[in-house]
Amino acid sequence: MISGFILRALEGKIVVAIAVLIAIAILVPVLNLLTPPDSALHIPTYAMSLFGKYLCYALLALALDLVWGYCGILSLGHGAFFALGGYAMGMYLMRQIGPRGTYGNPVLPDFMVFLNYKELPWFWFGMDWFVVAMAMVLLVPGLLAFVFGWFAFRSRVNGVYLSIITQAMTYALMLAFFRNDMGFGGNNGLTDFKDILGFQVQADGTRAVLFALSALVLALCLLTASAIVRSKFGKVLVGVRDAESRVRFLGFRVENMKLFTFVVSAMFAGIAGALFVPQVGIINPGEFAPANSIEIVVWTAVGGRGTLIGPIIGAVLVNAGKSFFTGAFPEFWLFALGGLFIFVTLFLPRGIVGTIQHGFKARKALKAAADAEKGRGDAQTVAQAVQAAE
Amino acid sequence: MIFRTFVQAFFACFILSFSVPAFAQSGADPKPLIDGLAKADFAEAETLIGQIAATGDVRVVPALDAFAEGDLYFRKSDSAVFIGKTGDAGLDLTDPLTGVSAGTVPKSAVTKIKINNNLRRVISSATGGLTLLSPDRSVRLAAADAVLASPGAENLGLVEAALAKETDPEVKLRMTEARAVSVLSSDRSIDEKRDAIRTIKTIGGNNALSILSAVSGSIDPSLKGDLDAALAALQSEQKLWDMAQNVWYGLSLGSVLLLAAIGLAITFGVMGIINMAHGEMVMLGAYSTFMVQEVIRNHAPGLFDWSLTIALPVAFLVTGAVGLVIERAVIRFLYGRPLETLLATWGVSLILQQTIRSIFGPTNQEVGNPSWMSGSFPVGGMTITWNRMWIIVFSLVIFFALLVVMKKSAYGLNMRAVTQNRRMASSMGIRTPWVDALTFALGSGIAGIAGVALSQIDNVSPNLGQSYIIDSFMVVVFGGVGNLWGTLVGALSLGVLNKFLEPSVGAVLGKILVLVLIILFIQKRPRGLFALKGRAVEA
Repeated sequence: MISGFILRALEGKIVVAIAVLIAIAILVPVLNLLTPPDSALHIPTYAMSLFGKYLCYALLALALDLVWGYCGILSLGHGAFFALGGYAMGMYLMRQIGPRGTYGNPVLPDFMVFLNYKELPWFWFGMDWFVVAMAMVLLVPGLLAFVFGWFAFRSRVNGVYLSIITQAMTYALMLAFFRNDMGFGGNNGLTDFKDILGFQVQADGTRAVLFALSALVLALCLLTASAIVRSKFGKVLVGVRDAESRVRFLGFRVENMKLFTFVVSAMFAGIAGALFVPQVGIINPGEFAPANSIEIVVWTAVGGRGTLIGPIIGAVLVNAGKSFFTGAFPEFWLFALGGLFIFVTLFLPRGIVGTIQHGFKARKALKAAADAEKGRGDAQTVAQAVQAAE
Repeated sequence: MIFRTFVQAFFACFILSFSVPAFAQSGADPKPLIDGLAKADFAEAETLIGQIAATGDVRVVPALDAFAEGDLYFRKSDSAVFIGKTGDAGLDLTDPLTGVSAGTVPKSAVTKIKINNNLRRVISSATGGLTLLSPDRSVRLAAADAVLASPGAENLGLVEAALAKETDPEVKLRMTEARAVSVLSSDRSIDEKRDAIRTIKTIGGNNALSILSAVSGSIDPSLKGDLDAALAALQSEQKLWDMAQNVWYGLSLGSVLLLAAIGLAITFGVMGIINMAHGEMVMLGAYSTFMVQEVIRNHAPGLFDWSLTIALPVAFLVTGAVGLVIERAVIRFLYGRPLETLLATWGVSLILQQTIRSIFGPTNQEVGNPSWMSGSFPVGGMTITWNRMWIIVFSLVIFFALLVVMKKSAYGLNMRAVTQNRRMASSMGIRTPWVDALTFALGSGIAGIAGVALSQIDNVSPNLGQSYIIDSFMVVVFGGVGNLWGTLVGALSLGVLNKFLEPSVGAVLGKILVLVLIILFIQKRPRGLFALKGRAVEA
């Protein structure tokens, strides 16, 4: 049954995407570590780290696509789940510093010594164990999404209202994490990491492994997401997106379906955050900023919502653009991003991948129609093709 | 000038102890004393200043002031002392007491009387005490206030002397209070002190409270009961005033929220457009104010007090026009797709922000307060600043004006018709695209007007709008979409709630709590406080 679940997920494009991701996961670290620096094929470490960051963003966009593209929930709070996952990882990394901090305290991270903490706050306990920290990466965003979604979907808060209160959620969390007495390092956040599982965070080898992991985890999440949306559950989910009341009247528990998707998506975002932090080397409350969450939406929209692969492409493209612009024309980046928002919503509502897919389907429909005219096709296939194109 | 006198009086009260004997009111002629300054060294001069002040003659104040400024000279020929001002042909001399001109002499004919900082202090304390006897009413009032602000037994004789001569009822009252304050720290009789406590109690407010608690440690045990009773009464009164002050702060914050949200109540509440660029409209309004003030500063400085009045229509037109362009260029293609409107308007907001940043730079711009917007006035135990006061008034005026437009004008009728049933309204001959465009322009224009007001209390920077956008959405969602009254009630209650949470949990945590409360509230009433009923709900 499970195998059937996964097999269904392996539709053509997804297989290609996963294969590409696995290839990247192997090739890029190999080219980074095993080629000499002056070789044409060599990939410098900074470029690999940068690309690793994009892959984390891609996972984040995939998470958003799951709820927005397939369930119609435009969450403006996914940055919060991302940051929470990041903080969980950051806490683990902080505990690994041990007595090597500036103040040399074996238990307390530097900022706690600085702020006169006498002992670890309760929520830091156990975070020095990798397993516990990784569980928190999933549990904290998942739990927040569960509680938030349980209330919101039950009282049928939807559409723009949901967007606005998710935005309020991430905003409130940002204010909270900016406070010094929250125990998360205030506005400096968590940084100066040294080790992860005993390996130096800064070392080329560790970075290569983290990069490979990012790509592989992204592939795995893509597979999971694809399995979800291609299951029977996924079909109903699209129904919830397009006609929520109708699905409810058919007897489905819409709020539970939304809740499940929302929680899974939040966990994806948490994982993305956890992979992001060791590669970037810092997590601070700025990640909670509402603007960040909205930016995730534009990655998804550019790539094409409801396509799973689109958001991955969109996140990588937009962020590559951002890296280029902020380096070359820093003044111009916000114009470009703003213009992109407007352009995509007005002229490319399906996104890049969505538009291409649509184009293929339309061609198929035309071809079928032409065949039918020649008397070789039957009416049914034409109707099907036309329907698909719409 | 009054300020300077006040400062002097204030100093006087700290330093009076130096010159206590000086205020024994000798009534002697000050003229020979002043002339004595000519040959005095610093120590002698200090004594002389005390004696001069002791004459109680207010005519000596200009001479002492001149001395402090280094404008006192003596003539080499006869050692007579004069106030000298540098003129075109040397020094213009005037008599130190009468102010009568004594001709102009070359600088070589006179010698400046030396002054040091210690003497300056002695002078300022002496003139400060003398101001209690000044013929100028406002100077006396300031002097009495200064005694009130820093009580001490050494002022008592002086205050009583001044009180005996005083005729003006208001100054007299203030001096009575000042006397009571001084009595408490003196060695007067118990009964007199009891009266003093009663007098101080009538002053009320934090001042009386701090005066009484300051002496509570050293007071005679037999007065303890009276003092504690007075303190308790004052404290409970103060609590009420604190409450009132909190409500006032809350209303003030609420009016700011109302201003920021009211334009949104139209674009989001009435038209259903998620206008993420709303905050940038507020920001454009604030920058319009800045531009208007710049023009006024450079071309007509006299009109500065009118700058806000001029900026209002300018900001309304500028932001309204920008809104019109946005609606025609972007939003009209997105009706019925609210989530995509959100994205597109977010893009617009990024572009507007960056445009302003490129033109004006990322730093804060200086927007001045006209004179009628600055300063404050006391109401009982609380202080009300004029700018907050005007902003509350202004936000209410805007609110009711908008309400009238919506409910009474033909345009408002069209707008509501389009909101309720677009196709029917169109069938009736209403040009719905125009109504859409104008409504969006109106909402944007109102945001611009809000920007004029907010420029008075907030930093005018490209990020100005960002700080309001989430709050504005909260207000509209909390109050109920599509209902202006909901926006009013929502804004004011959120403001008051915020300010009441602030003292106990701090500003940031208070804000977080309010956000969490709103999120919970939305679960309970997804359509806000004042939900629309009927068909409009599903539209």
